[in-house]
Amino acid sequence: MAKEGAKGEALRGSYGAGRTRSYEWRVAQLKGIVKMAEEREKDIVDALYADLAKPETESYLHEISLIKSSCKFALKGLKNWMKPEKVSSSITTFPSTALVVPEPLGVVLIMSAWNYPFILSLDPLIGAIAAGNAAVLKPSEIAPATSSLLAKLLPEYLDNSCIKVVEGAVPETTALLEQKWDKIFYTGNGKVGRIVMAAAAKHLTPVVLELGGKSPVIVDCNVDLKVAVKRIAVGKWGCNNGQACIAPDYIITTKSFAPKLVDALKFCLEKFYGKDPLESKDISRIVNSNHFNRLSNLLDDKLVADKIVHGGQRDEKHLKIAPTLLLDVPDDALIMKEEIFGPLLPIITVDKVEESFGIINSRTKPLAAYLFTKNKKLEEAFVRSVSAGGLLINDVALHLANPHLPFGGVQESGTGSYHGKFSFDAFSHKKAVLSRGFGGEASARYPPYTPQKQKILRGLLNGSFLALILALIGWPRD
Amino acid sequence: MAAEVAAVVEEVRRGFESGRTRAYEWREAQIRAIARMIAEREGEITTALRDDLAKPEIESYLHEVSMAKSSCMFALKELKNWVKPEKVKSSITTYPSTAEIVSEPLGVVLVISAWNYPFLLSIDPIVGAVAAGNAVVLKPSELAPATSSLFAKILPEYVDNSCIKVVEGAVPETTALLEQEWDKIFYTGNGKVARIVMAAAAKHLTPVVLELGGKSPVVVDSNIDLDVAAKRIVVGKWGCNNGQACIAPDYIVTTKSFAPQLVDALKTTLEKFYGKDPLASKDLSRIVNFNHFNRLTSLLDDEGISDKIVYGGQRDEKGLKIAPTLLLNVPNDSPILKDEIFGPLLPIVTVDEVEDSFNIIKSKTKPLAAYLFTKNKKLEEEFVKNISSGGMLINDIALHLSNPYLPFGGVGESGTGSYHGKFSFDAFSHKKAVLSRGFGGEARARYPPYTPQKQRILRGLIDGSIISLLLALFGFPRD
Repeated sequence: MAKEGAKGEALRGSYGAGRTRSYEWRVAQLKGIVKMAEEREKDIVDALYADLAKPETESYLHEISLIKSSCKFALKGLKNWMKPEKVSSSITTFPSTALVVPEPLGVVLIMSAWNYPFILSLDPLIGAIAAGNAAVLKPSEIAPATSSLLAKLLPEYLDNSCIKVVEGAVPETTALLEQKWDKIFYTGNGKVGRIVMAAAAKHLTPVVLELGGKSPVIVDCNVDLKVAVKRIAVGKWGCNNGQACIAPDYIITTKSFAPKLVDALKFCLEKFYGKDPLESKDISRIVNSNHFNRLSNLLDDKLVADKIVHGGQRDEKHLKIAPTLLLDVPDDALIMKEEIFGPLLPIITVDKVEESFGIINSRTKPLAAYLFTKNKKLEEAFVRSVSAGGLLINDVALHLANPHLPFGGVQESGTGSYHGKFSFDAFSHKKAVLSRGFGGEASARYPPYTPQKQKILRGLLNGSFLALILALIGWPRD
Repeated sequence: MAAEVAAVVEEVRRGFESGRTRAYEWREAQIRAIARMIAEREGEITTALRDDLAKPEIESYLHEVSMAKSSCMFALKELKNWVKPEKVKSSITTYPSTAEIVSEPLGVVLVISAWNYPFLLSIDPIVGAVAAGNAVVLKPSELAPATSSLFAKILPEYVDNSCIKVVEGAVPETTALLEQEWDKIFYTGNGKVARIVMAAAAKHLTPVVLELGGKSPVVVDSNIDLDVAAKRIVVGKWGCNNGQACIAPDYIVTTKSFAPQLVDALKTTLEKFYGKDPLASKDLSRIVNFNHFNRLTSLLDDEGISDKIVYGGQRDEKGLKIAPTLLLNVPNDSPILKDEIFGPLLPIVTVDEVEDSFNIIKSKTKPLAAYLFTKNKKLEEEFVKNISSGGMLINDIALHLSNPYLPFGGVGESGTGSYHGKFSFDAFSHKKAVLSRGFGGEARARYPPYTPQKQRILRGLIDGSIISLLLALFGFPRD
């Protein structure tokens, strides 16, 4: 695995030479990514289809077009993002400036996931480049067509001396994690997230971990039911067939409303995917047999056998599982324990909708939490009570497309965030710079410390920063 | 003992889960109480610092008591603004929708502080944690035992004991604490222990702030006011806990031609400040313990450098004192140029041109602070552009940490994360994105079954801008 080390070394050389620092270099790379997404769209769509049977509309909407938007947003904002930020220094009476200067961290490692293998590789890379870093991208081996496409395309469109792709599985990833990086950006699951952070700890490397969790959807009875179920259905099965970090994982609704909700969902599912959803071309397949088996086990769990109210069909040969609804699964069923990450949607019921908050808070904090309601008070209580990476009221998944909102988790769902300027910040060091002249000397500041000097300092210092700094930098004058 | 520690954490977690720390009133009350504690118990605090470090009263007042109080006052003044959700742009949607970022507490946090500014480095992070609505456990450094037991005694008298606790102890207690599950760990100290802290945090995916150190260089140009520069360097080094400070000047780099003048100016200043017998001066902290005393004397006794001492070098083992010491032109591979000195020794390295100093600095790991003394604006710009460090200060030492509008923290080996002012509040908060829509604005093109016609609509709309994408998703064209 020496080659991973060699790649890291080579990058350090290019980074040290200063290539990545200029505005022009960063712009050129970002434009290169846009060009790649435009010129090679078909190759990308084909790779996503090979890896996931991802429908072309989804590939376009969720991966290609979002990457282009992300680049364009960065291109538009970059000049401002790179500018040092003046901060308050009016507290000093003498000419002095205080600035926060963003600088690149250096050479960063990006490890992406298999479910949105194109965008989850390039979106962090956009941030790394915008911030002036060199980067190694390690795409997921579980999406091999996209991985090798990236290995082929990136060198054609980007500066190969500063941006490299390393393909591989556990051995290559382990070798990469042994190197010293200036930041590691990992998208995936909590188990590997711990391994990444432990490896990073050896070098004191800061990390962003974009993980997942069980993203709940609370459905109140006071909703436009027809619209709500369409949004839930497209947010679940229309996002890589539920294999998405912010896909609805489970629904909580009231016992009285559940029958209506289930009917509406069934109706909507049939409208979207037809009577035989295993035949529909509009749903991604399950990524591999590993995950197919994992999901089948959740369905075969004795505790849920009689809880399936829609779907449940499978096609092992083609790795397909139909959109499946389960109602009133017990708390200790397997399907309520881990993130589902697939086309199964359990619905649990409560007496009053507010009870859902306690249920959500009894679990680890998810990446996203959703609420459908017209009731403003319920919405406020939800925002106040439920902690998650992000919240969305009356829709699913869209919040990640707003570049002014930070996208990231909390606790088990992750640490750090990105998108928009948050991506730039994630890969920057914010260096504090204070600049003074030689005027403004306060002898009270210097030894030997006399009672008189103490009195002066105390007299000045009434506990405010203003007085403290005035005392330190030169008032009263000598 | 592990069970005791677990019980403490359990209790604090129950305190957090009761919801009491979230209220604005609670946060304000705690910070006011801490400010009151500082005001009422200043005498005991100063005494503890004298016991632990022989810290001069003015330093205790200026650098610990008064800074801790300012931190409280700044937080109290700004807290109302900090806790408000921040509205962000959502004009890109054509329908009523709001996007905001809501700050929430992370939960139960662990603050591990250091021995050199044992009071400030405990209080300052606590103020941030509490301002952000968290419950806190403080583990003060056992190497400053008087301050540690003072905290254990007086903090409970002022703050809400169900949510803010002190756990004293050494390695066993710290290890037990690190095995618990925290929502954030804030550690101030050295890189070796920081790796242990981060590895422990990794088991629970706990985010960390690590405030570490490094070799903070001082580049001294010839184009300066030498008198003022020397005073500021001396007070920034020996006037900050006798060099035992994370941002104290660690080594100087100057030109061969300027070095003699600089050395003379430093000697003059040192004698003015500390007299002819600095071991007798009351205005210098002592070395914290024998461990560090021996570490520092070994640096001085290193064969390669004993003839490089141009000032000082005297020691008093019984009193744990080492005089301010200047060394000139020590060899590059001397131990004193390798690890952070953290003491009253100041090596001066010389170069031909002052710009040569940049490569020397870059050959070492990124420090917590880097300093430059010059009147030359071009040199200043080059310095800021080329040198990476936690923070930088031109023409003075250490002051940048007292500006609450500047983030204080390291990079690379000198740390991760930052605090002070609002950065403290942010360090202990989760910034939750919240997007809220209504039920209007439905775009059929968004939903299966995916037809070529729907694709065309979406493509037509989406020219790669976020606006079009969201318009398409949210409802234009209307159905």
